[in-house]
Amino acid sequence: MAASAAVRSAVSLTQRFVRVSPDCSICPLYRLNACTGATDGFTAPSRRLRTSIGVWQSGDSSSPEEEERVVNVVYIDRCGQRIPVQARAGENALHLAHKHGVDLEGACEASLACSTLCHVYVSSEHYEKLPEPEEREDDMLDMAPMLQENSRLGCQIVLTPELDGMELTLPKVTRNFYVDGHVPKPH
Amino acid sequence: MKMMRMINLVRGSVMKIHGLSRASRCLAAEGGVRGLSSSSGPRVCIVGGGPAGFYTAQQLLKARQDAAVDVYERLPVPFGLVRFGVAPDHPEVKNVINTFTQTAQHERCSFHGNVNVGKDVTIDELRQAYHAVVLSYGAEGNRSMGISGEDLPGVFSAKDFVGWYNGLPSNKELRPDLSCETAVILGQGNVALDVARILLAPVEMLKETDITQNALEALAGSKVRRVLIVGRRGPLQIACTIKELREMVNLPNTRADMLPADFEGIAEALKDLPRPRKRLTELMMKAAKEGGDDKAEKCWGFRFFRSPVEVIAGADGKRATGIRLALNKLEGSGESARAEVTGQLEDVDCGLIISSIGYKSIPIDPAVPFDPRRAIVPNEMGRVQDTAGLYCSGWVKRGPTGVIATTMNDSFDTARVLIQDMEAGKLDLSVNKPGAQAITALLQTRGVRTVLFSQWEKITAEEEKRGKSLGKPREKPLDVDEMLKIA
Repeated sequence: MAASAAVRSAVSLTQRFVRVSPDCSICPLYRLNACTGATDGFTAPSRRLRTSIGVWQSGDSSSPEEEERVVNVVYIDRCGQRIPVQARAGENALHLAHKHGVDLEGACEASLACSTLCHVYVSSEHYEKLPEPEEREDDMLDMAPMLQENSRLGCQIVLTPELDGMELTLPKVTRNFYVDGHVPKPH
Repeated sequence: MKMMRMINLVRGSVMKIHGLSRASRCLAAEGGVRGLSSSSGPRVCIVGGGPAGFYTAQQLLKARQDAAVDVYERLPVPFGLVRFGVAPDHPEVKNVINTFTQTAQHERCSFHGNVNVGKDVTIDELRQAYHAVVLSYGAEGNRSMGISGEDLPGVFSAKDFVGWYNGLPSNKELRPDLSCETAVILGQGNVALDVARILLAPVEMLKETDITQNALEALAGSKVRRVLIVGRRGPLQIACTIKELREMVNLPNTRADMLPADFEGIAEALKDLPRPRKRLTELMMKAAKEGGDDKAEKCWGFRFFRSPVEVIAGADGKRATGIRLALNKLEGSGESARAEVTGQLEDVDCGLIISSIGYKSIPIDPAVPFDPRRAIVPNEMGRVQDTAGLYCSGWVKRGPTGVIATTMNDSFDTARVLIQDMEAGKLDLSVNKPGAQAITALLQTRGVRTVLFSQWEKITAEEEKRGKSLGKPREKPLDVDEMLKIA
């Protein structure tokens, strides 16, 4: 009884640590070989990063009605690796990326202020289905390197069932430079 | 038999949990300073608690699970230009503070505020205590125009003006005189537009931001009604970005006032421009053509092809009453076009002159190489020239341009290079380094009071409390002593 109480308080301790860094060696669950293996790691600076225990629990809840609202998305990361994820309609493509450890930055927390760290290329059939970007998104996209016709900001993409099968490719470069080679000097 | 095994298992896990809670109690007691590891991992020191410092720290912590990182900052408060440079009406840009806070609260990271590196502790002392030192101290100086009259009352650098309305302690006595009708800003980057916007924005809007109360009161009584934003070259070379230009165009109760002559030939050049430059130029031309509401009380405009040559003093010679501009013509085109003198001059009456032509880094310590021409620390990809174990990131490395995203990428690059050097054995990690323990002890003997991150949290809570009573997100204390008192 004392042992389980100790485990419980140690586990909440772990939640605090795990939120910031997946240092498994200090977690009692890991040492007791009871770790579920689900973890976000310290891959993205998002306030909404969940603890390993939280993620495991949320993945577990699904009911028949909710299955129609499942949207399958594939992220293609900067190394070309395909990362298929299952999302729910209404989720935001940036937060979804963080949840699955995809290396998409979001310094301004989806407020259209960090000039395009979450820039992605959208698969062409799905690009047409997205609503037009608002002016502020276009202004931010202007600062994105390697801008293409199918460029969008991940923080502005909200998943809907008709986007099922969408592929979001991360540009290989994140450093700012224009198509004509100019390095802009705004600040 | 089974019973014995179970008891041993429980005993074993209880022992492990005891160990964990003992260690965590250590951690809690030290208020966030590392206690968990009697570390044999690499210890890195970062000089500067702004975006470059924190992004470099973040990457180091992520890449090496055994690395400990200490961030030293001259002010009691962290975050550098995110706190003191970003305009008060751009709060969403400050969201990055949440990321930095996470980094600072990391168990292997500790923040030491109110430490003046170069004065309270030398770079050599830091290099002795750490395996590697990263310079991320940014650019606290500004480029001067190099014209006569630049030191007259009424002339300010944008760096100081921005510092004034953002509560930077060293600018609290600025007291700019806002009783004139016209203000002239030299430079057309985003900082210049920020200054113009703050000068002309309605007070009702400013009073809900974290602009300092004294600046708010000064602006509420301001007589400035016309702001000219002057650049050496033409509309196609303007350095600001479209978001900031759009904010000027949409400013309530203002109209745009530009010179058609400045825009000759621009319409024809539009079709060949890359998308970002094209959209920016189109918006500028639209503003120039449409102007805006004639009844608007306030106006702003760009003036192109003009360089400052002299600040004109009033009859008593005691303050600026105007500025003399030389007219230029453009040689070449595009981003590399050059301004050449024509010999023509133009005088503009104005009582407030703000030069926004660039920040500038200064040397921090004689032991660190410095390139005075480029005003950066000479380096190769972040490795400081001829100095093993010394690195740099951010503006002090590449020069003072770029948005937070640029600095982020740059800091990540430096961190990567540092990690590479660790793995390649270029840094001797076999030697145990004392890190913060030694430096904190040294600072104590010198009477320097460090501010830990948990103490910054007290300061920010107090700021938010004071802000609440004023209807603002926060009210910043203007005084280092006051910050130390709250901490």
